[in-house]
Amino acid sequence: MKLLEMKHISKNFDDLEVIKDISLSVEEGEILSIIGPSGSGKSTLLRCATMLETIDSGEICYMGERAAWVTPEGKKVYPRGETAKKIHSYFGLVFQNFNLFPHYSVMKNITDAPIHNQKRNKEEVYEEARQLLAKMGLSDKENAYPCQLSGGQCQRVAIARALALNPKILFFDEPTSALDPELTGEVLKVIKSLADLHIAMVIVTHEMAFARDISDKIIFMDKGVVALEGTPGEVFEADHDRMQEFLGKFRR
Amino acid sequence: MSLSVMLSQLGSGMLKSMGIFFLTLIFSLPLGLLVSFGRMSKNAILRTIVKIYISIMRGTPLMLQLLVVYFGPYFLFGMNIGGSYRFTAIIIGFSVNYAAYFAEIYRSGIESMPVGQYEAAKMLGYSKGKTFFKIILPQVIKRILPSITNEVITLVKDTSLSFALAYAEMFTIAKQIAAKETSFVPFIVAAIFYYIFNLVVALAMERIEKKLSYYQ
Ligand SMILES: Nc1ncnc2c1ncn2[C@@H]1O[C@H](COP(=O)(O)OP(=O)(O)OP(=O)(O)O)[C@@H](O)[C@H]1O
Ligand SMILES: [Mg+2]
Repeated sequence: MKLLEMKHISKNFDDLEVIKDISLSVEEGEILSIIGPSGSGKSTLLRCATMLETIDSGEICYMGERAAWVTPEGKKVYPRGETAKKIHSYFGLVFQNFNLFPHYSVMKNITDAPIHNQKRNKEEVYEEARQLLAKMGLSDKENAYPCQLSGGQCQRVAIARALALNPKILFFDEPTSALDPELTGEVLKVIKSLADLHIAMVIVTHEMAFARDISDKIIFMDKGVVALEGTPGEVFEADHDRMQEFLGKFRR
Repeated sequence: MSLSVMLSQLGSGMLKSMGIFFLTLIFSLPLGLLVSFGRMSKNAILRTIVKIYISIMRGTPLMLQLLVVYFGPYFLFGMNIGGSYRFTAIIIGFSVNYAAYFAEIYRSGIESMPVGQYEAAKMLGYSKGKTFFKIILPQVIKRILPSITNEVITLVKDTSLSFALAYAEMFTIAKQIAAKETSFVPFIVAAIFYYIFNLVVALAMERIEKKLSYYQ
């Protein structure tokens, strides 16, 4: 069974077709990177997968369960109640600009949702949060507030916050592009270290070396379609004009 | 009249002014939040009604509004006014008026919140209600506190408008004593009272602002 399946997804903003009939799937533990030029629809695709945007056609399944679909009459269906809760518990999203809660300490940012939304045991959640912070190299920051942290530290807290809910799949939308170059490395290192947690990751990134290194599979998006798909080797070596033109911009 | 008698009479008026002040805040702050929801509602009819209400509250004199609330029931329904209704009318008039101002302040604060906060909360499984009360509102309060302080200070002074309904708060009493004794002293004393009251209010608001300054 696939962890995530997106079938024939399209998305329009008014007259603008941003996603055109995209299908993709992610296995448990798989790491997929999505690359492509600006405006090709990468963020929109992630936002559709995480239910921040509605889809205009197609179907999204998590663990074989339908999470969003459009009926032949064009009606958009999203399950509600317990089903929705269960589906939402499968995935997490790390934003480009972190979106930490500024009025909560680092610890509360991480623990509030597991304790109050997932109703998990408080001690257990705190224990796990401390382990996560240690993994992120932020053990000394649990009582700090987001405004006291660097961008790289904020992003690592945001990653810990998403992980604290124990998702099966984590989406990243350009997790390092709001950061100074010297802070990018620390965040990429942390993301790499998650690979041994055996959670699936879908990463939209402009860090080509990183994508090539970490991914099981890469998708190259262009103008709202999947232009290329395959292993890092296959995609980066492909004899594909748009892809080579796109890569050329990074080789300068 | 000796100064001590005058002071004690003005002092009891002061207590009544403070009563108006605190009751108005207790009612108008939550009411303002509700009104701001109406003002931002998806329902166009509700939104328009609330918009008209706010515009009337802000566009007509508060003193006139107090008179309407007080005498309205008599002229409309022949209701027996006077007695304890005088005070009720004052609290209703002030609360309904200040709620309109607070609603606009809440609205500006809520609309200034970045959409990312809502999206992050949604991703973390916060319900709509939890998102608003745990994530959004605390940050909104911090943002709007300076505007709230302005209104609260104005309210201290506005309590004196209750003289229009001859309610025995401080300003009404000061006027009475001044007329009886043909003296300007009660007005000066009243001014000092109001000033000190506002000083305390400003200090209190400053402390709250400081308390919320642990984050940006
Ligand atoms: N809410 C929206 N309303 C209207 N148009 C939108 C909206 N969001 C995105 N778009 C448009 O959809 C297209 C794809 O945007 P998207 O953000 O998905 O691109 P992207 O591949 O993530 O680009 P980047 O690499 O710059 O982040 C763009 O043309 C954008 O202007
Ligand atoms: Mg994007």
